[in-house]
Formats: sequence, C-alpha cells, structure tokens
Amino acid sequence: MSETSENPTGATRVQRRRRINLPYLGLAPSWALMGFALILPIFIIAAVSVAVRGAYGGFDWGFDLSGYRQILFNEGWTGEMEFTPQYLSIILRTILLASVTTLLCLLLAVPVAYWIARQPGNRKSLLVFLVTLPFWMSMILRVYAWMIILGKDGPLPRFLEVFGAPSGMTLMYNDGATLAAMVYTYIPLMVLPVFASIEKLDGPLIEAAHDLYGNRWTTLRRVILPLTAPGIASGAILVFVPALGAVLEPILMGGGKQMMMGSLIQLQFGGGRNWPFGAAIAMTLMIVVMLVLIAVALRSARKEAEA
Amino acid sequence: MSKHHDVKRYPGLGLISIAFFVYLYTPLLVVILYSFNANRITSVWTEFSFKWYASALQNDALMSALKTSLTVAFIATVVATTIALLAALSIIRGRNVRFRKLSETVVNLPLLLPEIVLAVATLILFSLVGVQNGMLKLVIAHSAFCTPFAFLPIRARLQGMSLDYEEAATDLYASRWTVFRRVTLPLIFPGLFSGAMLAFLISMDDFITSNMLSSGGTTTLPVYIFSLIRVGTSPELNAIATLLIIGSLILATVALSVAARGQRDGK
Repeated sequence: MSETSENPTGATRVQRRRRINLPYLGLAPSWALMGFALILPIFIIAAVSVAVRGAYGGFDWGFDLSGYRQILFNEGWTGEMEFTPQYLSIILRTILLASVTTLLCLLLAVPVAYWIARQPGNRKSLLVFLVTLPFWMSMILRVYAWMIILGKDGPLPRFLEVFGAPSGMTLMYNDGATLAAMVYTYIPLMVLPVFASIEKLDGPLIEAAHDLYGNRWTTLRRVILPLTAPGIASGAILVFVPALGAVLEPILMGGGKQMMMGSLIQLQFGGGRNWPFGAAIAMTLMIVVMLVLIAVALRSARKEAEA
Repeated sequence: MSKHHDVKRYPGLGLISIAFFVYLYTPLLVVILYSFNANRITSVWTEFSFKWYASALQNDALMSALKTSLTVAFIATVVATTIALLAALSIIRGRNVRFRKLSETVVNLPLLLPEIVLAVATLILFSLVGVQNGMLKLVIAHSAFCTPFAFLPIRARLQGMSLDYEEAATDLYASRWTVFRRVTLPLIFPGLFSGAMLAFLISMDDFITSNMLSSGGTTTLPVYIFSLIRVGTSPELNAIATLLIIGSLILATVALSVAARGQRDGK
C-alpha cells in the first residue's frame, strides 16, 4: 500500500484514487443477488412462519404461532391441544439420521484418506480425483442408482438370495435404505478435508511416537486423530449440514412414510398445503444448522485460544 | 526399511480403500450396465441392446427438459461467474476493503444453508414479488446458488498468484483495463474456467430448487427424471441416466484437470 504512494508518477496517483471505489463496485452485484435471492427471503420465511394459513393454500399476513404449535400439538375437534409426537419424531429422526450418516462417513473416510495420503504423488492426485468425481454426478441419479441396487430383484437382494434370503425381497423403504443413499451421496465431502489435513501430518512426529513406545493404536489415538481434528471437523460440517436438509433420499429411498425435515418441508410447499407450517419447519431446520455451525466455530475458537 | 517395520503403515487400509472405491463406482456401473438391457423389466437381463438409447433420443419431453436445463444452466453460469469474478477481484485484490470477511460469507452463503431452505425462500419471494416467468425464476435462483462454486476456484487462483506481473505491467504504463485484460485475466483463466464449469454442472444437476419453482413450461432435466422415477425404474430411464453420467464425467474431468494444472503452474 505504501508502494504506490512512494511512486512519484502522477498516473499511479490517479489510479490509486480511482481504485478506492472499485472494490465496492465489484462487490455490489454479489450483495445485490444474495440480498435479493437469499437474505431477504430468509426474513420472509420467518414472517411467513408466524403468518395465518390461507383458506385456499398460501397464507395471509398476521401473527399466529400455530405453525410452530403444530410441530408439537394437534388441535382436536373442540379446540383442545393434544400432544402429538408425530412431527417431533420426524425432527429427531432427521438429526439422528444425519448424525449416523456423518459418523459412518467419518469411519470410512479416515482410513481411506490416510491410505491415499501415503500413495506416491501421481497416484495420489488420481485417487483424490476419483473421490471427487461422483460428487459432480447428478444427485438424483446417485440416489436412483441405489434404488436399482436395493430394489425388488435388484443386485443386492439377488445376492442375498444365494445365502437363503426370501426371493422377491426389497431392501427399500426403510431408514437403512435412506442411510445407504445418504452416506453414498455425501462421502466425498468427508474424504477430501480429512485427506487435506492428514496429508499435512508431520511424518517424523509419528516416528517419534513410536520411538517413545507408542504402538499403532496409541499413535492413532493420541497423535494422528488430534492433529487431523480440524479436517475432521470441517468434513463433519460439510456432511452434517446437507444431510440435515436431505430431501431426495427420504422421498425416494424412505418411500414417503419415513420422512425427514427436508421432505416434510417439500410436502408442505410442494402441494401448497400449509405454508406457515412448512415455514416453521424450515425455520427449525435453519436454527438446528445455525446451532451446529456456532458450536463448531466456538470450539475451534477455544482451541485456537488454548494454542 | 522393510514394509513390516514402517511405523506409518497401518495394515488393512489398502483393502478398505479398494473396497471404498468399488463402493463408490459400482452403483454408477450398475445403472450403465442395465441401460443396455433389451428387456423392459430392468432387473431381468435378456440381451444387449441399444434400443433404449434410440427411444430416449426420440423422447420429446426429455428433449424439451434438456433444452430448459441447458438454457438455465448457460445463463446462470454466465451470471454467476461474472458476479463471482468481480467479488473475488474485489475481495482479494481490492485495497482497504471494509467488510471483506462479511462479503466473503455473503458470497458463500448458499453453501451454509440446506438447499431446501433456499428453495422455499425463493418460492415465497417470487410469489410475493409476483414473478410469473418460470425461466426468470429459475435463472435468478440458480445464479445465486451457483455463485460460490464459481467463486471458490477463482479466489484460490487469485490468492496463489503473485502481484509482480500486474505491477510490472503498470510500471510499463499499461492502463488498468489493459492490465486486467492482458495480464490478470489470462493468469486467472484456469480458475475462471473451472469455476464456470462447476457452476454449470451444479445448475444442470439441481433438483430441490428447480422442483420447487417448476411450473408447466419449465421442467428441468432432473425434475423430469424425478417424474420418471416416480412411475418406476425403466430401461429408458437407465439410458438417460447413462448419457447424463457420461456428460457429467467429461465436464467434471475437464474442469478438475484444468483447475489442478492451474494450481501447479501458479506455484
């Protein structure tokens, strides 16, 4: 910054004066687009979540917490409130499935990332590329592939028939099928950040751990995993957040009955059924996501303060 | 050092990793394999045939969905890449920019929220503002969520690039515009190119938002595929899926290898 002011030519000074406003001009379009298409609409969702349900779908402005109340209670014929865990169980199932997905991705990603990190240069880039590639395939096709594999007379049920499973069986339409598709669609998002932090691991440090009589398990637990924690944390966020909002997996694999928050929101808006209730669920989903992001940010801030 | 005494080696990882890659690619291979099955029932193999590809290519609804998807993806890519380029230049190269961190978060905002929330948000917005044109709705929403995918590679490229070239050009009395056109732009081209390709792929692949916003004349390819899946698996669907898998494969390979080469050169 002082370089330009040391430059005695007038031309640079003119450029410098002009340059001051340019960055803001460059940022204006992204602020405008995100402001209009994202930030403003999020406030609108908040407003709609407390609006009054319209008689013919849609909504009328107002202040009414029935969208949120409906998550926990069901209104009876005479207006009495009855606790119904129907939607609460969908919320809890969503959090549970997203957590299990994250955990399974993690269990699979750590050994794979470690193995890739120890391959020679060229092969390493190729393997990283192979991990990334399926992520760029259409999400709906990746879920569809699992519908074929687990569906009636699909390859996996056929394979199990060899071991005495009943014929004509389907493995679809349950939480396990949803989980299979979720792990499959999100796993690249876990492998890549974990790989990035394992690759930075200090080799001599691992050797030192062994010289101090730490066996492989101890070294993994006390040296490798703590040092790769940042990569694991960012991978966990990258998997957990979209998994919380999964729509296609519960709709296609869970078969409509095993809903998650994403498919519940989709249902409320897709059919134009109940916008305030859908918006209330969307707000709940957003709050869960925010809580996760804030918790992780606080944790890493504390870690940094300690270090 | 013999393999056995290499302390960094954990036995069994190779096996797990090979199983992982098999797991990653088998589902796609199954779809591709089944698309060549002559039998109308997907899971009963009779003989090898190309006939489902022929029938897919003659499917008018499919072609119209493809046209919608390509149009939306093309416009959204141009818009998102332009906005991302301007934002990246301002954030990385701009001097004394206030709200730098905040601006970066705003550009990446679509990555921080589940897509279904964004889909619902834009649906309500358009119904309130009264946007009727289905194409316009899709283009605005797609431009928004494609922007971070275009932004990240451009940002990475700009950040890894030394200022020396631009300063040398300025010292040789090149105008700001000339410096940008003749020096900066060619240097960041790999990032720009892969960012644009990735934005295009993300737009082509999107289901959640497009489904929420879709109306009569604006069915995109994934939304059309979803309607086919709802009817049931079919060999024609497998043929369509295979064509799309191969298309994405080519685009992603080109985009990622350009990005990787760019990163190597930049160092």
